[in-house]
Amino acid sequence: MNVPASVLVVGASAAGLATAEALRRQGYQGALRVLGAEPHLPYDRPPLSKQVLAGAWDPGRALLRPQAALAALDAEFLLGDAATGLDAGTRTVHTASGRALRADAVVVATGLRARPLPGQDALSGVHTLRTLDDALALRADLLAASRCVVVGEGVLGAEIAATARGMGLDVTMAGPQPAPLAGHLGPVVAGQLAGLHAEHGVRLRLGTAVGGLAGHGGRVTGVRLETGEVLPADVVVVAMGAAPATGWLTGSGLRLDGGLVCDSRCRAAEGVYAAGDVARWHHDTAGGLIRLENRTNAIEQAGLVAANILGADQPYRPIPYFWTDQFDARIHVYGTPSADAEVTVVEGDPAGRRFVALYRRDGRTTAVLGWNMPKQARLRRAEIGDIAGLAPAR
Amino acid sequence: MKIIVDEDRCCGAGQCVLLAPEVFDQREDDGIVILLTAEPGEHLRASVREAAAVCPASAIELDESG
Repeated sequence: MNVPASVLVVGASAAGLATAEALRRQGYQGALRVLGAEPHLPYDRPPLSKQVLAGAWDPGRALLRPQAALAALDAEFLLGDAATGLDAGTRTVHTASGRALRADAVVVATGLRARPLPGQDALSGVHTLRTLDDALALRADLLAASRCVVVGEGVLGAEIAATARGMGLDVTMAGPQPAPLAGHLGPVVAGQLAGLHAEHGVRLRLGTAVGGLAGHGGRVTGVRLETGEVLPADVVVVAMGAAPATGWLTGSGLRLDGGLVCDSRCRAAEGVYAAGDVARWHHDTAGGLIRLENRTNAIEQAGLVAANILGADQPYRPIPYFWTDQFDARIHVYGTPSADAEVTVVEGDPAGRRFVALYRRDGRTTAVLGWNMPKQARLRRAEIGDIAGLAPAR
Repeated sequence: MKIIVDEDRCCGAGQCVLLAPEVFDQREDDGIVILLTAEPGEHLRASVREAAAVCPASAIELDESG
């Protein structure tokens, strides 16, 4: 395969920037353009629910790279212009401002779009958190509020609840799971998380599905549970997950099924690749399609896509990793934990809020979790076997 | 090459240690990065660039002007 004369990266967040950086690091000297829907220079999303929302960092600190480092990339950044369509045959991307950008290779790195609660657009005081502007708008609203309900008990919901509580608000977390992250990390660790949140004064109204929003005069007044009970709120944060941002690819002829479907090389079509949250690729040892929503995957997958654009022809087989900060807990997870795995504490003590746990399924270690023990958890990463048998993520 | 690490940004992922164990380590108590050498030798620079690029917290900055 010839090295393409031009590469267009669609998406200017972690995966998009990492693709451009990896191409240059791997010696690519051709034309490089990065198209971003948002007007901001590439910024990092994990701090949005923590340092930026809390006000500990000003927004500029969330930028992924200093301006000088971006300039040194010798890439053209086209920001504030969303992709609206792709002609996969000619690899031409059409944009909201009317540009038609053709390239020899196109990388789709458009990430996710937050999933809203039906009816939330009609009410003020209801937020989702995906972008920097979302985080600043939510912060402004929280500063003027006293009661916040977070709808969602996953990583993002739990982080937002912890941050809002740290800002002094009365916070309630609602969602169908019995404890924060229960479906993801299982009952042992989720129970520990529930204890942590309760101890810090977060009201947990979990195990009951959310029915909708209550409002008055165009402003939200609460969250209605399926039981009919209304949890009063001045501000509601909806953190019920996100969907791959593939709407702009409708009609492109590419396969869209819970993400942009790719082969084991993260290639969706000749000269079209995907990296990051949006990519659902064939994991050849797990034997199925997988999509990962985490920060390190954005970078690792981008590195592999860059290598494959340059002719490496490598399959993508990562060991997933994510971390989350909630109150004084910093939790690191390597591998693929699941609610049905057998969880064994192998170091430290959950009562002391410092421990390492192994997740095992069918006699194999599938994940390592460290709770305030990052180094000790990382040292056990090698114990994780391959991820064959991983339930395909949707 | 000069390496600057930002301990406040560091999330303790340890990706840098996996890539360049001669240059980076982690504190035992909280996992925050320890810089073993700020000016790595020529043979380590490629892995240091890789480590800076893959750091999920963008906590490693490289000054290659010197």
